[in-house]
Amino acid sequence: MKRYTHLIGFAVLVAAVVVAPFISSNYRSYQLGFVAIYLIALCGLDILTGFTGQISLGHGAFMGIGAYTTTILVVDHGWRDLWTIPVAGLVAGLIGVAFGLPATRFAGPYLALATFAIPLSLIGILKRYPHFTGGNVGKNLPQLHSEFGWHTNPSIWFYVVTWAVALVMFPLAYLIVRGRFGRALRAVRDSEIAATANGVSTASVKTAAFGISAFFCGVAGALYAIGITYVNPDTFPIDLSILLIVGIVVGGAGSLWGMVFGALFVEFIRISWGPGILDLFSKVHHIDTHAPGSGLVVYGVVLLLVLYVAPAGFAGLVHRLLTGRSAVAAWAKPRPPTPTDPATGAEGP
Amino acid sequence: MQVFLQTLVSGLALGSIYGSLALALVLIYKATEVINFAQGEMAMFTTYIAWALMEHHGLSYWPAFGITLVLAFFFGAGLFAVVVKPLARASVLTVVMATIALLVILNGLAAWIWSPQLQFFPSPFPTTSWVIGGVHISKQDVGTFGVVLACLVVLWLFFRFTKLGLAMRAGALNPSAARLVGVRTSWLLALGWGFAAALGAVSGMMVAPTVFLTPNMMQAVLIYAFAAAVLGGLESPVGAVAGGIGLGVMLNMLGTYVHPVTSELRLPVALLILLIVLLVKPAGLFGRVVVRRV
Repeated sequence: MKRYTHLIGFAVLVAAVVVAPFISSNYRSYQLGFVAIYLIALCGLDILTGFTGQISLGHGAFMGIGAYTTTILVVDHGWRDLWTIPVAGLVAGLIGVAFGLPATRFAGPYLALATFAIPLSLIGILKRYPHFTGGNVGKNLPQLHSEFGWHTNPSIWFYVVTWAVALVMFPLAYLIVRGRFGRALRAVRDSEIAATANGVSTASVKTAAFGISAFFCGVAGALYAIGITYVNPDTFPIDLSILLIVGIVVGGAGSLWGMVFGALFVEFIRISWGPGILDLFSKVHHIDTHAPGSGLVVYGVVLLLVLYVAPAGFAGLVHRLLTGRSAVAAWAKPRPPTPTDPATGAEGP
Repeated sequence: MQVFLQTLVSGLALGSIYGSLALALVLIYKATEVINFAQGEMAMFTTYIAWALMEHHGLSYWPAFGITLVLAFFFGAGLFAVVVKPLARASVLTVVMATIALLVILNGLAAWIWSPQLQFFPSPFPTTSWVIGGVHISKQDVGTFGVVLACLVVLWLFFRFTKLGLAMRAGALNPSAARLVGVRTSWLLALGWGFAAALGAVSGMMVAPTVFLTPNMMQAVLIYAFAAAVLGGLESPVGAVAGGIGLGVMLNMLGTYVHPVTSELRLPVALLILLIVLLVKPAGLFGRVVVRRV
């Protein structure tokens, strides 16, 4: 897309965000606030997974780190909640860089392996130091107060805050992935060897992408804690991290616009779309569609279907509709046949 | 000394469980270059099948154990044929995502079918222990270690001495050359997934008596298995088992002798070990360094 189409698209998004609370209930606005939170987190993760080609299965934990930073600052140090949001992002980002420094040095499956361990490790650490984190019980946050003398419903105010942040972070992600740095990210994704040959330091680019994505997730986590007004070790389970990566794939990895759909998907698949799909089936077979676990099955199956049918996700489908050309997400391109070394039997890169 | 020996024995038992799941991961990684993130959930799911066989169909332990292994084998081979094989030409990342989808689906299905509540899973071994010179050695630990070791020996004999095992090794080492001499590699990959699933089932059934049966019981074990596989070298079956046993013993020793490392910190420590191994010796202790050709 050209630059002006991005601008028009962004204007449409802003307009939709302004109009939405007037035509939906307070509760729906509260839910849409979470869509903004997921949008921030997904944009961050997309910079890492979609644009740099590094799978992370643990970014829910960086949301957790952001949420705990906000909670501890507000509850134990008396900070104003809104001021903690950038701090939460920075703390998560720094931890992300510290973790990414060793983890991103390795190609292939190792990053996914290592990140998979973060959410469960975080739960262990949170429980180990209860005087700092509140242990199993967690901590309660005061409800978000409206600023500037506005008297609004808390749900509406939550909506305003989350979307205000999201409408800053979304263009920020766009600025990050275009230009020189964005090209470096894509070069690392498409061919590390070619990137290195062109003077891109793959390790530092990957580490930077990891830190940036953790920063976005930290901001999202801070808003998440403010939204649900409590945190405990079970608020950020491994399922959340997996749901984020599902959102990336369903939205269309490597497309920031796709993340808008991905965020809607992440928020509504659990609470309305998933049960809706299951209800279709329950008319055919008598199955208990509201049993625990049924939602997980639905989004797992949706993920599988997307991988087979539309590997470029929702963004790819839209692209196909608009241009008539099929789009294959760059990260999902088929692997080239690997030449085999006849002498040693070792496969090529 | 007493405490040391007891810690060692229970570490060996735990480590053998990690090792068997790590070996399952390595089997699939060697054959298809895919890390199977659903390996733990496959193990959990088959353990539920064993539990259902005993609880609802009145089987006693060992028949249920045997039937579960056979079912797990076909389950693994079936998953490969239905889910992974159609993605043969897709990127590695797509296949990884597919295994993550499997992880989610199996976790949800288990909760859906059998409810997410804790279930008691019986152990075939008595809860008593032998006392040798003041050292209490739990029969359960020794039994677990023995069962896992027996499975590994059977697997080793298969790979070392049967024609099919030779074909599988050939297929993993050099698929195109193996195809040229008439090995049907896609069947062998299904076979590999079957063996991995059966091995996973063993680890699930061995760990279930100590952690109780829940849909999430294998998540932590899977991470230990990852760490074990990386420790031993993702390419090396022997390394996976040794890495698992080493990790089990190491974590137990740290838990006993290093005071700040409580049970909550087992996983973070495993993650730390994983990162350190990746930094210091990325090929693992038993792996060979792969030189990439440009």
